[in-house]
Amino acid sequence: MLGTGILNGLAVTAKNFLGSFHDPARLVTVEYPEQHIPVPEAYRNFPFLVSESADDPMGTLRCVSCLTCEKECPPQCIVIVRSKDKKPDATGKAQFYPTVFNIDTSVCMGCQICVEVCPFDSIKMDKVFEITATNRFTELLLNREQLAKSNAYYHQIHPVEAAEVDGRLAAERLAAEEKAKAAAAAKAAAAAAKPAAPAAPAVPAPQTPPPATP
Amino acid sequence: MSAVLASEPFLERAPLELRDAVVQLLPAPAQWLGHHLITILAVVLGFSLFFAFTTVAERKLLGRLQNRLGPNRAGVPKFSILPFHLRHKLFGLSQPFADAIKALTKEDIVPAAADKLLHFLAPVVVVAFSLMTFAVLPVGRHLVPVELDAALLYFFAAGCASELALFMAGWSSRNKYSLLAAMRALAQLISYELPLILSVVPIVLVTGTLSTVAIVQSQGVWSFGLLPHWFVFTPWGFAGFIIFLIATLAETNRSPFDLPEAESELVAGHLTEYSGFKYALFFMAEYFGMTALSGLGVTLFLGGWQAPAPFLEFIPSYLWFMGKLVGMLVFFIWIRGTLLRLRIDQLTRLSWQFLVPLALLNVGNAAFWSLTAHWSGPLNLVRWAIALALVVTPFLLLGRTLSAGFAPRTYRYAS
Repeated sequence: MLGTGILNGLAVTAKNFLGSFHDPARLVTVEYPEQHIPVPEAYRNFPFLVSESADDPMGTLRCVSCLTCEKECPPQCIVIVRSKDKKPDATGKAQFYPTVFNIDTSVCMGCQICVEVCPFDSIKMDKVFEITATNRFTELLLNREQLAKSNAYYHQIHPVEAAEVDGRLAAERLAAEEKAKAAAAAKAAAAAAKPAAPAAPAVPAPQTPPPATP
Repeated sequence: MSAVLASEPFLERAPLELRDAVVQLLPAPAQWLGHHLITILAVVLGFSLFFAFTTVAERKLLGRLQNRLGPNRAGVPKFSILPFHLRHKLFGLSQPFADAIKALTKEDIVPAAADKLLHFLAPVVVVAFSLMTFAVLPVGRHLVPVELDAALLYFFAAGCASELALFMAGWSSRNKYSLLAAMRALAQLISYELPLILSVVPIVLVTGTLSTVAIVQSQGVWSFGLLPHWFVFTPWGFAGFIIFLIATLAETNRSPFDLPEAESELVAGHLTEYSGFKYALFFMAEYFGMTALSGLGVTLFLGGWQAPAPFLEFIPSYLWFMGKLVGMLVFFIWIRGTLLRLRIDQLTRLSWQFLVPLALLNVGNAAFWSLTAHWSGPLNLVRWAIALALVVTPFLLLGRTLSAGFAPRTYRYAS
């Protein structure tokens, strides 16, 4: 009969109306500033610098200012000034460190290339997207104090990736330690062998090569 | 008048008492002027506020009909003279006032080639005429701004004038889209003027009066002290009410007949060249027109200010009227949230081939009803049966003939 389709349609919208009050699954609206949708694990926007400890972020930066990211950055938003002196890093080894590490987030395009090229796993992508500034020339230019965030924070925002990175770093350190140990043992063996052969011709014993830097 | 008033309960006469108290403060020669000015002010302010909250109710209801929340952000603004800021969102109820301030502060652009006078006059005229229609609506038992003998005639005369304003807007903009849209809108409005008035004729035929006050009073009877004798509860009244509803939707450019404001094909119709508060005035007029026609529908078919049962008469009559009016508007919003826009040929076909013949037959039905008013007992049942058949049979036959070949639609590609 003519008009039944209209009545059916009215019933559908009436159901929507009533359902929107008692069935929260129907309402898809997220009232944003008060409510948030959790961002997915793989989400990224701007890079940050990983430091080993949250208490002393400047002293435990993983960055050794090798300048690879600065050279690779497509929009060239990274500025690094390498230190003149060396400071011991988290493993106790003397390394250079960045005295200036700036990222201009108004230029950064979030391509993650700096993360891909970093040989020290010291720069990673952050998830903070609520960024506002009243002056784009000063407040969007982040310095190393603003960029440094602890490894614990990295674990918090990218748990799977951070666990993989930590495992790899630990394995590398272990391998380096073993190599150093082996080298030390070889050196000790060589030193022990030296007095045992005093009658040998005056040719110096072959020097063991210094252990490779990790 | 005052003798009748004095016997009324306090709430029923409170608005009139208030008006008289204010009028008494004026010097005697200015009293008649104050009397009318207060009435005009009450109508304009009352229905403007009503309009404001209709818009927010519409947006919220439409949201809920589509599983959204609707506007709920606009709250209490920060007044710089106050030392504190009351942070409450007021459930978004202050939205219309924020919209009004926005519309007022926007730039008012007039095209260089436009007819400046007509371009300015169109929104003013459309609001003025749509406000004038409120003058004859009996809002309460004693609350009717102007008591006219030919109130219905006046209502339609004032209501039709808004079509003129619409064409003024389209013509004066000096824009092809505006002009085309205005001509099309005019075709629509004139097409639906006919079923609108034809659906009202049966009421005039049965009651024998054009006065809205008398029409409401003639509906103030109850069968068994319970069933109201509103005209919508008679076969011809029901058919007339449905035709009236459809024609009202078309007359006030409401969805599914919102072709005059056709964003998809004619930019924004006759509103293309309007901005700022003039644009807001057109919207205001549209809502005033909808409210006025809904008020007329309530007055003619739904018993006006009459309570649905005698024991409910302790609630003041104007509250009953407003309640029914709100019900009508909610129904219109519900329709808007449900139906899609028609094409212009479908729209005019619906009017001329379907509504006009049915409305004409309905006039004959009402004539039969008023001729058989003296039938009683079993003859009364026969009377109802014939009247019902006169409504249902043409509806089914016409509906079947017109929709032959159109329904049911088969979808070849969508499942």
